[in-house]
Amino acid sequence: MIAEFGLAALWLAAALAALQLVAGALALTPRGTALAAIVRPVAMVQGMLVALSFAALITLFAQTDLSVELVAKNSHSMKPLIYKISGTWGNHEGSMLLWVMVMGLSGSFVAAVERRLPEPTMLATLAGQAFVSLGFYAFLLISSNPFTRLSSPAIEGAGLNPLLQDPGLAFHPPPLYIGYVGLSVAFSFAIGALITREVGPAFARAMRPWVLGAWIFLTLGITAGSYWAYYELGWGGWWFWDPVENASLMPWLAATALLHSVSVLAARNALRAWTVMLGVVAFSMSMVGTFLVRSGILTSVHAFAVDPERGSFILGLLALNIGGALVLFGLRASSVTEGERFTATSRESALVFNNVMLSAILGIVLVGTLYPLLAEALGAKVSVGPPYFNPVGAIFAVPMLLVLAVGPLLRWRRDSLSRIKLQIAIPAVLLMGTLIWAASQSVGVLPALGLALAAALAVASLLPLRGRKLRQVKLPVWGMVTAHFGIAVALLGMASDAAFTTERLVAVRAGQAVDVGPWQVTLQRIEPVAGPNWTALRGDLAVSYKGGAVTELHPAARTFWAPPNETNEAALKTRWNGQLYAVLGQATGDGRWQLRLWWKPFVPMIWYGGILIALGGLLALFGRLSSDLRRLVARDKIAFRRARQGR
Amino acid sequence: MSEQKPAARWSLWLPLAVFVGFIGLVMVGLYRPADREVASTMIGKPLPEFALRAAVADRPGLTRADLADGKPRLLNIFASWCVPCAVEAPQLATLKGQGIEIAGVAIRDRPEDVANFLARHGNPFTRIGADDRSIVQLGIGSSGVPETFVIDGKGTIRYQHIGEIRPEHVALLREKLKEAGQ
Repeated sequence: MIAEFGLAALWLAAALAALQLVAGALALTPRGTALAAIVRPVAMVQGMLVALSFAALITLFAQTDLSVELVAKNSHSMKPLIYKISGTWGNHEGSMLLWVMVMGLSGSFVAAVERRLPEPTMLATLAGQAFVSLGFYAFLLISSNPFTRLSSPAIEGAGLNPLLQDPGLAFHPPPLYIGYVGLSVAFSFAIGALITREVGPAFARAMRPWVLGAWIFLTLGITAGSYWAYYELGWGGWWFWDPVENASLMPWLAATALLHSVSVLAARNALRAWTVMLGVVAFSMSMVGTFLVRSGILTSVHAFAVDPERGSFILGLLALNIGGALVLFGLRASSVTEGERFTATSRESALVFNNVMLSAILGIVLVGTLYPLLAEALGAKVSVGPPYFNPVGAIFAVPMLLVLAVGPLLRWRRDSLSRIKLQIAIPAVLLMGTLIWAASQSVGVLPALGLALAAALAVASLLPLRGRKLRQVKLPVWGMVTAHFGIAVALLGMASDAAFTTERLVAVRAGQAVDVGPWQVTLQRIEPVAGPNWTALRGDLAVSYKGGAVTELHPAARTFWAPPNETNEAALKTRWNGQLYAVLGQATGDGRWQLRLWWKPFVPMIWYGGILIALGGLLALFGRLSSDLRRLVARDKIAFRRARQGR
Repeated sequence: MSEQKPAARWSLWLPLAVFVGFIGLVMVGLYRPADREVASTMIGKPLPEFALRAAVADRPGLTRADLADGKPRLLNIFASWCVPCAVEAPQLATLKGQGIEIAGVAIRDRPEDVANFLARHGNPFTRIGADDRSIVQLGIGSSGVPETFVIDGKGTIRYQHIGEIRPEHVALLREKLKEAGQ
């Protein structure tokens, strides 16, 4: 029953999306204005229905209902409950349902609370949201139905990929999806504004919280995903330029640019067409990423069940959604009138520069991700990795970070560098000092630049607070400072990892000690342990930092039996100044065991930085929402007073 | 960028043009027959000149001359870090058991890792050269590990097998070796 209920809810939601599209579009015509009243309620009910459908799927997974094909293929009765639930989105169909649910819920959220947009723009926005949703409903119902029953129930499920049986998986996809599907709101806003030609500060102020919200989740999702890859894959790296990682990074880059350009539009009524363009691009990148991952066109560690039919279907959706939006942009953007002017040295210019650099990095990541395809079309076979992304990305990231240090100190419209030269001097001196020091440490060029920029930016990001009464600093400013400081922190972690990591690969007997960096690691014994659906060989390591107190670490090699697979569970010891990372390898056959050890100074800063960046977004979001709320309350008071006086 | 000028009309269509290019590109990738293998352009050509140091202590290294002494051989490109290489180990052992001589080239590997790998999976090789910078690998037109080449007695590459040798490939390789000996 639950499966049938879920499927029925999904079909109903799809039907309501169709109604929302038609009613929204007709309501924009002079004869259909009566339909306007139903658009918001329909959007809300549609979101609720798709959420119910998703809840049904979670229930099926939690109960391990093996008469449902998807559950039988991806779950197992012996799995711990948390992985039964996370198994819901650990497969193609389930994750697409999560995608559609986030889309439906964002639409209903917008319908429920957004009151600042002019009504026609709002109707066009909701119609746009319904248009995009409808394509994805069709995709789910036609080629990826998660509720298909088996003709006879399976006796046991096939299990979930052991790599995914980890709290990191349970937690990283949902925020990531909220992030990049949440960007669909920005996309629909852009469509709505293009249709009604209402692009201005009011539009930007309405759009900003939605972009901020999605961006916060995206930031958290990427941070969590990166940490998951770091400790679960056991390779000691935290970013692999894998197509799936790129698929999450590209919308983030676009959303970051959008976040800044929307602020320019809100504050200064400039960058109109550009902001609308970024609104289209951000969610387009989410869709392109989904296509690249799901179609199997690129090989990736995140291999989903690959199916050319699905690939063609998503490609069709892409062509329709993105192509349609870009045609609309080409037709309408020229009538979006020019915004306010500004001089070369101004806050706007710094933000424009940052936008261009972010877009360039986005382009580089996109080209790098597609390069294997491009080369194949031309007859060569190559893959690109860190040797391409890191230096080429740095060409644009370095100037961007330099401007990032200065930009927030500049005034809107017109300013001069000489006014802030004393403030710039401090980070500039730090930058040069760190560079010289790094050169003396024979660190590579990129890590040295990274360290220097991190030091300069850490100080520079705090300068906008200088000379202000901290209590009176507004929340969005705190948000900006926190997020920029977070970038410095994350950069420090990345550069330090690249510059100072020490690695040892050794074969040791029980009782033998190894040094890695300032740590001494002793293998005490290897012992077998058993979990709910795995057995493991666990190494007991005694570790001590610079001869200090001894603590234990337990890296393990796990063997899962459903499906049969082996994973390496890395063990981590975190100190304030870095992380010791231990992986247990194979037995060498002569009583010794392979151990792979890394000492990674300051590496956790990467993820602390990510959290700070998201926190900055959260502060800004609260600040914007509370001031919007105050404005609304004030407006209502005035309206109330007027009404009373009129009486 | 001192002043914002109204964007030229054609530039507004630029994003669409880029997107159409993208769609075209992925259509090519999506609908082309999946040919993920790279055949060597060196088949039928003589091996390039090379001399590799020994990859492990108990087997000699490998030079071109070792592969041109009149006897056809298999040349197996492998690495200790490569999982399919472990998968094909039993098949290599079978081939060795049938009296076939196999030379190995270890790609970007450490002596202790190679020794561990061979201890675990068996050592079918008479000689193993260490190709630390993939020079020989690239020279003979191999794009990955594992790959296995049939070399005739004169040092000419006669056949290339891409990917791990599965049990069903053993007979084919033996056949190709026999052809190379004629």
